[in-house]
Amino acid sequence: MNSKIKKARTHVTQNEGLIFEKSSPGKKGYKLPELDVPDVNVSKLLGNAERKDLGNMPEVSEIEIIRHFTRMSTWNYGVDTGLYPLGSCTMKYNPRVNEIAARLDGIANAHPYQPEKVSQGALLILQVLRKALMEICGMEAITLQPAAGAHGELTGILLARAYLESKGNARKKILIPDSAHGTNPATAAIAGYSVENLKSNARGMVDIPSLEAQMNEDVAALMVTNPNTLGVFEQEIHKVAEIVHRKGGLVYMDGANMNALVGKARPGDFGVDVMHLNLHKTFSTPHGGGGPGSGPVACKKILEPFLPIPVVVTKSDGSLGFDYDRPQSIGRVRAFYGNFGMHVRALAYIMANGRDGLLQTTEDAVLNANYLRKKLEGVFDLPYSTPSMHEVVFSDHKQTAKGIKTGDIAKRLIDYGFHPYTVSFPLIVHGALMIEPTESESLEELDLFVDAMKAIADECEHTPETVLNAPHTARISRLDEVRAARQPILRWKPQAQGVGKNGD
Amino acid sequence: MRYLPKSPADREQMLRAIGVRSVDELFAPIPAEYRLKRELDLAPSMAEADIMDWYRQRASETAASGYANFLGAGAYHHYRPVVIDTLISRGEFFTAYTPYQPEISQGTLQAIFEFQTMICELTGMEVANASMYDGSTAATEAVMMASRVTGRHSAVVARSVHPEYREVLATYAKNQGMRIAEVAFLDSGRVNAAAVEKAVTEDTACVMIQSPNFFGTIEDVAAIAEIAHRKGALLVVAIAEAVSLGIVKPPQEADIAAMEAQSFGVPLSFGGPYAGVIATKEKFVRQMPGRLVGQTVDKQGRRGFVLTLSTREQHIRREKATSNICTNQALIALMATVFMTVYGREGLKELAQQNLAKAAYAAEEFGRGAKVLFSGAPRFNEFVVQTSEDPKLLNDRLLGQRIIGGFPLKKFYPELGNASLWCCTELTRRTAIEAAAKAVAELPAEVAR
Repeated sequence: MNSKIKKARTHVTQNEGLIFEKSSPGKKGYKLPELDVPDVNVSKLLGNAERKDLGNMPEVSEIEIIRHFTRMSTWNYGVDTGLYPLGSCTMKYNPRVNEIAARLDGIANAHPYQPEKVSQGALLILQVLRKALMEICGMEAITLQPAAGAHGELTGILLARAYLESKGNARKKILIPDSAHGTNPATAAIAGYSVENLKSNARGMVDIPSLEAQMNEDVAALMVTNPNTLGVFEQEIHKVAEIVHRKGGLVYMDGANMNALVGKARPGDFGVDVMHLNLHKTFSTPHGGGGPGSGPVACKKILEPFLPIPVVVTKSDGSLGFDYDRPQSIGRVRAFYGNFGMHVRALAYIMANGRDGLLQTTEDAVLNANYLRKKLEGVFDLPYSTPSMHEVVFSDHKQTAKGIKTGDIAKRLIDYGFHPYTVSFPLIVHGALMIEPTESESLEELDLFVDAMKAIADECEHTPETVLNAPHTARISRLDEVRAARQPILRWKPQAQGVGKNGD
Repeated sequence: MRYLPKSPADREQMLRAIGVRSVDELFAPIPAEYRLKRELDLAPSMAEADIMDWYRQRASETAASGYANFLGAGAYHHYRPVVIDTLISRGEFFTAYTPYQPEISQGTLQAIFEFQTMICELTGMEVANASMYDGSTAATEAVMMASRVTGRHSAVVARSVHPEYREVLATYAKNQGMRIAEVAFLDSGRVNAAAVEKAVTEDTACVMIQSPNFFGTIEDVAAIAEIAHRKGALLVVAIAEAVSLGIVKPPQEADIAAMEAQSFGVPLSFGGPYAGVIATKEKFVRQMPGRLVGQTVDKQGRRGFVLTLSTREQHIRREKATSNICTNQALIALMATVFMTVYGREGLKELAQQNLAKAAYAAEEFGRGAKVLFSGAPRFNEFVVQTSEDPKLLNDRLLGQRIIGGFPLKKFYPELGNASLWCCTELTRRTAIEAAAKAVAELPAEVAR
């Protein structure tokens, strides 16, 4: 037993097979109330549209369902468990008051098409959130419709396109720094633009001379993340914006890293024309194993006419409603109005913090990242000496000498009781370790993380096989991802698929 | 602030360790001219009790369970078994992120694998993804996928597909240079097959229909599939009311199914979050957007699950990715997985049958006092009623009886006049149906003159 592992200890956890393996005809997990209308002859009503059999859908009892999912949940690690330092994901505490508010009857059970006069509460929630987010971003208009960050990116780029089209030329290209998140170029392509790469300079920021050379009247927009994916604030952002604007382009900001800026600086003040926010990052809505998110898009007044429909407005009688009469709108990016349940949660977070709490949150986020940087520099290679904001990026350069890569260190962290950081991103750092602690971590948790990382660095030196073969104490060891891709098994089938039952 | 786990002493200690005197020094990289010199114009921090008070007020100003609700039109009011929230609220599901580190994410990964399996079983497809944002974007991305598979750049879409789904498709298609041709529906409520035949060309990537369609009518999927396939196009079938799959034959002849899972235990929540899903044939899997979970083994040969075929996705392929989607709707898909498990093989059928019975009864009752359209083809739990007066006036009267009436269709289908779309689920009480039918039959005093 490794005495250097302080945060975790192994424990008996339950095995649990696939729900289909527990299924047995005649078991039931439900009971419907009696019909209060006459029953129907299905064959008569549906004819050959009738379905007789639901095949391999499971049949299990309620307690089996509770045990099934409860056991599975114990195999996961969440923010509730401990530090979850994924870079640019902002894995902060998900406040539970958000959940209770979202489950109130008038909020959870409101139908999107019910008449506006009986939906004033929901509309007011949207209105208050819109105003709060515009204030935080320094922007003049906003849509809450996009379902996630990437969806927001697409919406924002479409706003830019519509604006430029209204000026006579939508243009052809989007400039994207090589440090950008993959969604940025993917979005540009879906919006019908070609992508041109923009180099970062030796300090990890946008290279101004390259931008000067590449910015022209074919470029619709620059997509920039600020702070960028290295956690570094683009100190020349005003110059960046000026170069883009001078040639008639727009500045789009990926707001994934807003956790470093709330209350300290506003993108609208430093030259950004349009940006998205990630409510599931900065504004505490839960990550849920991969969503739901919410990606509001805030922008300057010049882009307001193009916002997706509908827009929340105050009508002449003082009540709130939706305005669909917007001839220049880019249209809809989804049905209904957006991930309203996440709007409720984000607003509850803003209310709980208030202007004072939001500022303290940002300060703690940046304090935590800088503390980790100070404690771990020298232990891991720091590719850029530029100051970090809310996240820090190291590289595995010191450890690769012993044949160990960032991915291996990440796996060993699991044995130490932590969720790994982001591995191998951003792409401009070879062998990156991208660490964002967020403000939700105590000094104790941070120190445990520092100790763990130092212990692992030591193991890389003296007992590299321990790191290379990690994790050793998880329920499952490293999985064969090559086999998963080469021989894809993407669903359960009734015949045996060559492995034991119950996840053995 | 109660969410921040540091004392002033902790902060001091950390600042000293870093070697700065105050936290302001850590914000020095932000040039002074951009730093906000005032407080944010927001209220100060609120007590939890005050936040709940504020939200209770908003909830009381919004109609919900105290009303009988006849709205469907892409969002359906079904009973949510209580175990759904019990299970999805477990912190390990709820506060985890995308399962990039499979060794400590097997709970999430296995649940998604089960979701993918159940969606295949219900839709008659061979492979399903881990979720899309919702039905409208799933349908849209399905059309984009068909374009990639066939190399063709236009699509034929039935007007009986949800109007907002079509609006979303139009937004995306415009920027991809895709032409969308819309096809009319018949008096039966079904898409005009002859018109589909005429509209499909060698540049048609797919035909898209919805079944049950926006009017609640079940399309003749096999017939449309035959037309599309004969011309080398794919068939995309959108499904907005997932509960229908309990009793309506799944669209097996389709190449891609794009489903909205909201009916499976997801709260109405004023329009979101919901969860879409794309399901298709195995041969098209590499063109599929969204995350996929696959089964594999670990070093000891034990079964485990991982995200797979990632070379389709944005974090690997960037501008060449099948989609830009990253965060999807995983927790919502988990709600749907629990729902499908609770009802299961027999329950989903019984649930669908109750929906069918309620809507059939209602259509008959409404038919006494008004015209029920589209009676020439089978329908599931929605139907269209045409009244002599504007449905908005009818609905105003119904609100007084705490009934939310059907969705007026004039905005999207002006040719249908005073028509509205009514939905009945297992939650719709007979007394509500009778009260609504009576109101529909009654002429208002002003008209009766």
